[in-house]
Amino acid sequence: MLVLDRVSKTYPNGVHALGGVSVEVDPGEIVAVIGGSGCGKSTLLRAISGLDPASEGTVLLDGERISAPHQKIGIIFQEPRLLPWLKVAGNVGFGLGDRPKQERAARVATTLKRVGLADKAAMWPRELSGGQAQRVAIARALVPRPEVLLLDEPFSALDAFTRTDLQDHLLDLWADAKPTLILVTHDVDEAIVLADRVMVMCPRPGRIFDEIAVDLPRPRDRQSAAFDFVKRRVLAALDRSLSRAVAPADGEAKASAGAALWW
Amino acid sequence: MALVTMTIAAEQRGAVPAERTAAKKWARLARPALGLVLPVTLAVVWEFVVRMGWASGRLAPPPSVIFQEFVDLARSGDLQRNTLVTLGRVAAGFGCGVAVATIVGAAAGYSPVIRRLLDPSLQALRAIPSIAWVPLFVLWLGIFEASKITLIAVGVFFPVYLGVMGAIQSVDRKLVEVGRAFRLSDVQMVRRILLPAVLPAYVIALRSGLGLGWMFVAAAELLGASEGLGYLLLDGQELGKPAEIVAAIVAFAVVGKATDWLIALAAAPFLRWEDVVRQE
Repeated sequence: MLVLDRVSKTYPNGVHALGGVSVEVDPGEIVAVIGGSGCGKSTLLRAISGLDPASEGTVLLDGERISAPHQKIGIIFQEPRLLPWLKVAGNVGFGLGDRPKQERAARVATTLKRVGLADKAAMWPRELSGGQAQRVAIARALVPRPEVLLLDEPFSALDAFTRTDLQDHLLDLWADAKPTLILVTHDVDEAIVLADRVMVMCPRPGRIFDEIAVDLPRPRDRQSAAFDFVKRRVLAALDRSLSRAVAPADGEAKASAGAALWW
Repeated sequence: MALVTMTIAAEQRGAVPAERTAAKKWARLARPALGLVLPVTLAVVWEFVVRMGWASGRLAPPPSVIFQEFVDLARSGDLQRNTLVTLGRVAAGFGCGVAVATIVGAAAGYSPVIRRLLDPSLQALRAIPSIAWVPLFVLWLGIFEASKITLIAVGVFFPVYLGVMGAIQSVDRKLVEVGRAFRLSDVQMVRRILLPAVLPAYVIALRSGLGLGWMFVAAAELLGASEGLGYLLLDGQELGKPAEIVAAIVAFAVVGKATDWLIALAAAPFLRWEDVVRQE
């Protein structure tokens, strides 16, 4: 179980990015974190990953305090971030450096097959499309079998069609070992398609404004009335989170935050 | 002599962009062939002009005379001995220059403090034409090997230093973060992320450093040497033997290009991932 206890983050330049976030996430749960730009959702994810530890409060995974990257926690970034000097198979096996060669090769092959890229193992990252590259990144994060997988706007750089495709594919992969997924996104549809729970954050300092449970059976129909109902609730919460946020220093920042949400 | 230098220049100009840009396939095949037309024609014409007795060819020997000089020099062993001496000087100077430049460049690229401490002085030194150091090196180190090798090392140092420092500074921080997310140790981080990321720029820096190394060995040997290819140049000038000068120039070009090619060849297996970009 992943427990966040009053996680705060103040950067050395004085910016108060996170103001005490407390959440409990059950094993296998999928949580989407959504909010306007600058609400601290990426900061929260980076604090959980241990890449950018919280300045106050604690992140506990199965009772163990996380203050640096941990082998039970995998992360997928907005960009694939594949190493251009390693072939696809080398990239997927990157996190298995300490394993014997044979085991590594077998696990890489299985995972590549699972993400549908078995035929691309010997290709260079440059030769892949954006969607394929992100699949390789997903495979790379899944190969060490993490208990918690963090995703930082993983599909936002992809076209709408590839995005929907990869969202379904992610759920399919998740069903194998059912890791906990924490997904940062600004795409309301994506949050509702994937998550059991949508957390809406508000800025200055970043904190959780509202939580909306998504009690829809999977696979979820993006066109159904029930989906639309949840979507309205999330949008309403987002709207309120923005108007209730501590008055921003200038109106411009607020307007741009709103624009980012409604694109 | 003019003909041959033109050939060398044409070869060097043609070879480097062909490797780097690699435009279309037909262009890659056609371009070197096209580049040969002018020098070969000029060589044939000059040979013909001299054979017909229209010109003496005493100051600008025709290709056949240069070739004969080459054969004579090789038979007497002078060519091999002098080439080896020069090669040895370049190797020593290049080795020292690269070793120091890599360490200093890596430190300056990695640590802003070291960069702020060293870089201004090094940039100031870089502005001095390296040949200007020669009198000082001769006073300090004598007229024999040490001063020559130091001059070469100084010439090699700057491009390699700048290349290494720039390459380390421009390593993609997002990839470094991937390394952190997978909990790489410092050593693993260097081996698995930093070195491969820096390598392409490093190879380019080594090659430009080597080019300067060859330039400075010629300068050093011209300024006073009793053996080496530069000595052959000087000997040819003093004895009025232009064919010997041209033969030495050709030897410089061939050995210089060969060493450059060796670096490129040694690095190629590690840079194949980059070739994909080039071919696209």
